Order: sequence, then C-alpha cells, then structure tokens
Amino acid sequence: MEKIMQFITQPWAWYVAGPIIGLTVPTLLLIGNKSFGISSSLRHVCAACFPADVSFFKYDWKKEIWNLVFVLGTFFGGMIATNLLANPNEFVLSQATMTDLRALGIQDFSGLMPSDLFSTDVLFSLKGLIFFVFGGFLVGFGTRWAGGCTSGHAIMGLSNLQVPSLIATCCFMVGGFTMTHLLLPYIFKIF
Amino acid sequence: MKNTQITSNLIGNTQPLVCDAPNDMIKKENWTDNIKYLFVGIMFGIVFVKAEIISWFRIQEMFRLQSFHMYGVIGSAVVVGMISVFLIKKFNIKTIDGETVVFHPKKFQKGQIYGGLIFGLGWAITGACPGPLFAQIGSGYMVVIVTLLSAIAGTWTYGYFKEKLPN
Repeated sequence: MEKIMQFITQPWAWYVAGPIIGLTVPTLLLIGNKSFGISSSLRHVCAACFPADVSFFKYDWKKEIWNLVFVLGTFFGGMIATNLLANPNEFVLSQATMTDLRALGIQDFSGLMPSDLFSTDVLFSLKGLIFFVFGGFLVGFGTRWAGGCTSGHAIMGLSNLQVPSLIATCCFMVGGFTMTHLLLPYIFKIF
Repeated sequence: MKNTQITSNLIGNTQPLVCDAPNDMIKKENWTDNIKYLFVGIMFGIVFVKAEIISWFRIQEMFRLQSFHMYGVIGSAVVVGMISVFLIKKFNIKTIDGETVVFHPKKFQKGQIYGGLIFGLGWAITGACPGPLFAQIGSGYMVVIVTLLSAIAGTWTYGYFKEKLPN
C-alpha cells in the first residue's frame, strides 16, 4: 500500500498524464456524446447568470449543464490531489527557467505557483491587476473569440484532425511566446 | 458506415452550433446522469495537479523551451485522442446508450487567429488555460478566483461585442 501511495504521490510523468488526458476525449464521447471542451463552461456561466439579452448568451444552457458539472469535478480533483496525494518532495524546476525568472524578480520556487505573485497581498496591487484581472480577461475573451481553448482546440480539435484547430493552437503558442519573451520583461519592470 | 459518417457531418454543418463543446446526446439525461461527468472531471483535475500542469512555473518552462514536459503532455494527449477518434469513426462505435457519436467539423474563422493570439498572451501571464483555473482554485490558490471571474467577464465582453468583431 505504501509503495502504491509513493508511486501516486510523486509528480506524474508526461507519458502518464498525457494519455489520461487524451482518453478524456473518447470517454466523454462514449458515455454521453459530449465533445471535450472547457472554456464553454465560462460561456454557460454567462448564459445562466447574466445573459443581459445578448444573443450570444441566449440558448438552452441547461442542456449543457454537464460541462459545468465537469469543471466542478476538476475543482474537486484539484482539492483531492493537493490535500490527499501531495508530492512529499520538493518541486523541481529546470535550472534555466529559475535563472530566467530570478532575473525578473521571482524569488520563491518552493511551490507549484510563485508566492511572489499568487498571494492576497499582490492581488490588491498593480501586479495583481495585471496578472489576475487583465490576464484572466485575456483568457476568457481570447478563448471565446477563438471558439475554444487548449482542450477544445488543441486536444479535441486536433484529435478530430481539424485544420482550424491547428491554426488556433499555433496562435495560442505564438501568443504565449510573445508574452513570455517580449512583454513579460517589461511587465515585471513596472514593479 | 461511410454514409452515416457523411450524414452526421452534414447535420453538424447545418445545425446552429450552440457551443464548442456541445452535448449531442439525443436521450434526455437526469440529474443523476451528471455524476459520470463529475467523476471524469475529478480524474481530470487530479491529473492536472499531479502532472503539475496547473503550475505557473511549468507554463513558463514550456514557453521558454526549457523542458519537454508540457509538450510531452499535450503531444501524447493529442496522439491518444486522435487514435481514439479514428477508432470510433472506423468501427462506428456507439455511445453506452447506443447513439452514433457526433463529430463537429470546425469552420475556419479569423477569430481563431485573433482570439488565439489573445488567449496565448493571457495563458503566459496567468499560467493557466481555463481547465487548470478550476484545479488551481481547488488546490487552494484562492487568488485565482479573481482570474476566473475576470475570464468570465472576458467571455461576456466577447459575447457583447461579437457582431462588431471580425469573425
């Protein structure tokens, strides 16, 4: 039993995690004819809570409730993994990334998230405004305009050999590279 | 079998697409049927945390090309997904309720470029795509609730201005 727990609590390799995520696609299709996608849940929240007569939010969101139940599961999954299956060892990050991020002012590398950013103190500062409010807005606005996120386009769309999804996925990556290499250095200089 | 595939594709084209992760089940589901999706979601959240995909650091590593991890995760997920979809189509595998699996061909739109780039910028700042946001909050990173609310606001803003944007 101890061996099993040791095996589960260590960080999972990409060749374990990737295939499990990939299997989500046929699982959802076969248990209920559902196409995998997560950003839709954000749209359903809008449709359910503040449709405000916008035609984009006038649809039968109750028919799509499975998607909200799914992300609720993701929330609980995060809770279970962090509280019951936590990695007992230190978080390992590549040396090169640590060097790069130190140069930007990140000092704490002990957890999955940098406490220099992800703390309540930061939340009510200019940093918080950029990293949480502005960043989150870009994620919500961008995924909806693109018609999907990493799950809907990169995983479900590519699995179904859709060229538009390949284009979207490439744009996700270009956006990410641009932010990381061209914009983040300036953003970190503000503070 | 070829025929059924073509008709299902046609239906996919003519039906107004309600969303990008649609429910194509014909049979009506009860509340209790949702437990299935809750379990798949839980499994998904556990993998996100255990493979450290929710980590802001791992996303930085990916965009700095300093680790193979995230590329391996996404790449192998796509390969497994592709093989699964291929097999479902090839052998016309039905759902557990005996329905034909519906696939939606995606149409190219400019939004995939503009929106894709914008999402990419946000992904690198927040270190999260929509899925990991929920798992991060579950993991106890409460500040991410603000990111999630903001993402909902972003989605709403897109819906409001949709007609004025190039699509």
